[in-house]
Amino acid sequence: MLRWEATEVKEAATVDAAADIQGTSAPETVVPSSVPQPKDDFQEELVIRPLHSGDIYASFQFRTLWDTDFMRENKVSHYRLFPKSLGQVISKFSVRELHISFTQGYWRTMQWGQPFIPSPPGAELWVWFQDSVTDVDATWKELTNVLSGIFCASLNFIDSTNTVQPSASFKPLGLGNVTDHSFLRYATLPREIVCTENLTPWKKLLPCGSKAGLAVLLKSEKLFHSSFHSQAVHIRSVCQDWQCKTTSWELRQTLNSVFDLHNSGQTKREWSLFKMFSRTLTEACPLASSSKLYIDITDNPQGEQFELSPATSLLSQAVVLGDRRTFSVYDLTQETTFGTVRSLNLLIRWKSNEGEMLRPLLHAERYVAGYGLQTGEIHTLMYNNHPYRSFPVLLLDSVPWYLRLYIHTLSVTSKGKDNKPSYIHYEPSKDRVKPHLLEMLIQLPPNSVTEVTVQFERALLKWTEYPPDPNHGFYVGSSVISSLVPSTVAMHTNSTRERPLFSSFFPCKEESSYFVRIYTEPLLVNLPTPDFSMPYNVICLTCTVVAVGYGSLYNLLTRSFQIEEPNPGLAKRIANVIRRMRGVPPL
Amino acid sequence: MAAPLTLLLIVAVTIRAALFRSSLAELIAERVEVVSPITAWKRVVEGLALLDLGVSPYSGDVFHETPLIIYMFHFLVDYAEITFMTFVFGALCVCICFFFIYLSLMPFQFRKQKFALEADRYPMDSLELIRSPKEMYYVPLKVAMFYLLNPFTILSCVAKSTCGLNNAVLALFFLSTIKGNVLLSAIFLCLATYQSIYPITLCAPAMLYFMQRQYIPVNFHRVSFWWFIVQYLFMYLGSLFVLICLSFFLLGSWDYLPSVYGFILSVPDLTPNIGLFWYFFAEMFEHFRLFFLCVFQINVFFYTIPLSIKLKEHPVFLIFMQLAVISIFKSYPTVGDVALYLAFLPVWSHLHRFLRNIFLVSCVLLACSALFPVLWHLWIYAGSANSNFYYAITLLFNVAQILLVSDYFYAFLRREHHLTNGLYLKRKDGSEATLILK
Repeated sequence: MLRWEATEVKEAATVDAAADIQGTSAPETVVPSSVPQPKDDFQEELVIRPLHSGDIYASFQFRTLWDTDFMRENKVSHYRLFPKSLGQVISKFSVRELHISFTQGYWRTMQWGQPFIPSPPGAELWVWFQDSVTDVDATWKELTNVLSGIFCASLNFIDSTNTVQPSASFKPLGLGNVTDHSFLRYATLPREIVCTENLTPWKKLLPCGSKAGLAVLLKSEKLFHSSFHSQAVHIRSVCQDWQCKTTSWELRQTLNSVFDLHNSGQTKREWSLFKMFSRTLTEACPLASSSKLYIDITDNPQGEQFELSPATSLLSQAVVLGDRRTFSVYDLTQETTFGTVRSLNLLIRWKSNEGEMLRPLLHAERYVAGYGLQTGEIHTLMYNNHPYRSFPVLLLDSVPWYLRLYIHTLSVTSKGKDNKPSYIHYEPSKDRVKPHLLEMLIQLPPNSVTEVTVQFERALLKWTEYPPDPNHGFYVGSSVISSLVPSTVAMHTNSTRERPLFSSFFPCKEESSYFVRIYTEPLLVNLPTPDFSMPYNVICLTCTVVAVGYGSLYNLLTRSFQIEEPNPGLAKRIANVIRRMRGVPPL
Repeated sequence: MAAPLTLLLIVAVTIRAALFRSSLAELIAERVEVVSPITAWKRVVEGLALLDLGVSPYSGDVFHETPLIIYMFHFLVDYAEITFMTFVFGALCVCICFFFIYLSLMPFQFRKQKFALEADRYPMDSLELIRSPKEMYYVPLKVAMFYLLNPFTILSCVAKSTCGLNNAVLALFFLSTIKGNVLLSAIFLCLATYQSIYPITLCAPAMLYFMQRQYIPVNFHRVSFWWFIVQYLFMYLGSLFVLICLSFFLLGSWDYLPSVYGFILSVPDLTPNIGLFWYFFAEMFEHFRLFFLCVFQINVFFYTIPLSIKLKEHPVFLIFMQLAVISIFKSYPTVGDVALYLAFLPVWSHLHRFLRNIFLVSCVLLACSALFPVLWHLWIYAGSANSNFYYAITLLFNVAQILLVSDYFYAFLRREHHLTNGLYLKRKDGSEATLILK
């Protein structure tokens, strides 16, 4: 009954655009005759994964591929599917790779498993620049301001105090084996709040906008009424074929949401597209070469957990995050998908509440210990749930300067024993200039919890350096844990094979392990505060004390001891004045 | 006198060792009154850890000690006991130096007084004011006791604050000055300056002392006066140059200059302490910051000139005044700095009859010392007070210190006046006169 989807490369050649691009391309770009003409290509997909808690995870991915060269002399001027605003950013700032995400809420790994594309709460931006950039810091500053305008976000608050250059954690995800991390900049804004004003510019980058295709589902009134919302833009260059003869730029826009069963006020465990997004699907984006809807049915092979309606006979298998998953596929480019009502409102109805989720192999949490406003301790716990394999993880911590870390108090313990990191990269902070950066390579023993603790001291800041509502506390960005986790199934190392988008984000170098990035909770730390209401009083009082010191010393330094002569009385003085006028000696 | 001194040393070391072994040591080492960002032992250990990681300790903003200190402890730190012994040694060193200073100062002082008496420079009724050798016999011991058993010094030593070592260097400087060794005096002064800049103002009393000792008149028209100044400054600047270059070669970069001296002068770290800077600059308007920074820093150095002119005959008292001014107005003061100039107080025991408000000031100082930890707890841990409470106590503490110092200054000047003019002053008409400052 089931039909396996054939994997084939669909060529949606758009001849008009291709001709235009060909016309403007530089003569040195030699296009091999065997390769089809330069083109751009757009794909969209939505993955829905029912979670065991009754929540539902929806992940949108939109990918635009374009084989053009933004770095060449004469500027690319004709844009079709690729958004012009981002293209100009790439060429102006010589960007090699750009990853930006805006997230509201925290991804609960233990309840929800691993996300397809991880992101920390708040805003995160990391950029690899081309080797040709001479002043990386100035370019970075300008770039963050431009992106701030494009995405209507507070990215202009990214400055040297929250930017770091990780040495190992953030390798380029696209082409190019760059080792010089002086071209990398990484910054997070954990306080950033994501809302409609960030979603609208993000949607405008899509070729169809929010007019057609999967993007019609992106209505902010529902999207932001969820437990987790994350939207991201990833730009990188990728290979076009497996020999990597030609490369193209990839723009990947992703949006992940987790809808809460209880939050939406339902009593039945039942989800539909309409309930999630208050819209149904009626068509694919006409510009898309592929437009698909995947439902994860791995835990439900015989339909005993939940049922799908309308049912589909199309199935697909993909290896995602070290696990072979099975998906029901709805191809939106096919007329038959929409049925007779010309609209697809997918319904997932649970039959039973049972079922255990596979525990994620790697998971982490973090908290601040200690009391009072003088010192504290950051604890990071990393769980390796693999029963018999140990694997290394890279832990990256970027802590603002006003929490002064004491690296000599760093301790890493697993199973009660000291676990010495094999690699430590530490850059101490400079007050008001740069944050702490701590990167460590730690081997996690099988089935263990590894605890990393480091003490810090809370600084007293100038009164103008506190944000409004200073007693709310200061956010410290998430720790980033990057790891190659042993895989139970063989991973596909060929990145160019046609695969669902969600399974092809992180490049895979070897078959036996897969790449995972985990973000811990951001921290909220209170600092001691001065009294904001009395700068004048303090200035006056302290100056008074200094003046008391000055005055008493001045008094003793400039005067000398003399015998006190009693003041003559008033009558006597008047009499003396009169006597002086008369020329008589005074009394 | 050797027996009581030995006993005193044993008691002092025992108290320190007992406290160091107890659980209080950790608590004391965190107290902001006892350690400043420069002198905190925790930060020295952090600097050593950074050095071990292959990171320059001055690339961050946690470590602010001088390169010599870090390389010295690089050899010692593996042995906790030895490190602690270093600090005990520092404290003992200060005390012994002071002890010998007064031992050698005493006959000198007495000789001078006797000489003045014989030359009929003092009127006979001021004989009462002149200290007899018998009175002065126990002064060295009292000084040693005042330093070693002062709770401020004990706390500072148990917290392993490097302030104790700075004090030891300063004490060695006094000793070599009093002993008349010009070269050693210049070298120790330069070491002290290298550690914390401010002792540079002690140049003036040292030179005045040497000139007094070598009978060089303080006269701007005399070649011998200028020649001596050039000599001393040459030795001082020469050793400073050697130290700075040595640090450069140890470290391989000039990073330490902004990190140590820039840090002291520009006060970027606003961690609360017993001084006047932290809250003032936390609450300062940004565009006035530089102006007030200059005013406050000049304030520390400025008093050198008028004080040297006024006290050119009394360089030892000038040293005391300078130390007090530094410890009140420096950017990151700790109780260790206060203890150093408090150790001089027994020397001026003959001034007690002229002190005006010593009782009030001592009560205020004691009350403040007790209130520091209380209000700190209320602000930082209990959350029931705010920063103003702690700030108020620092203000009061500093006012008390200022009153104490100016009171001693007043008493000193008054005694000098009485020494030359007689103790019982009479008005022209023969009635008893009162003395006023005019």
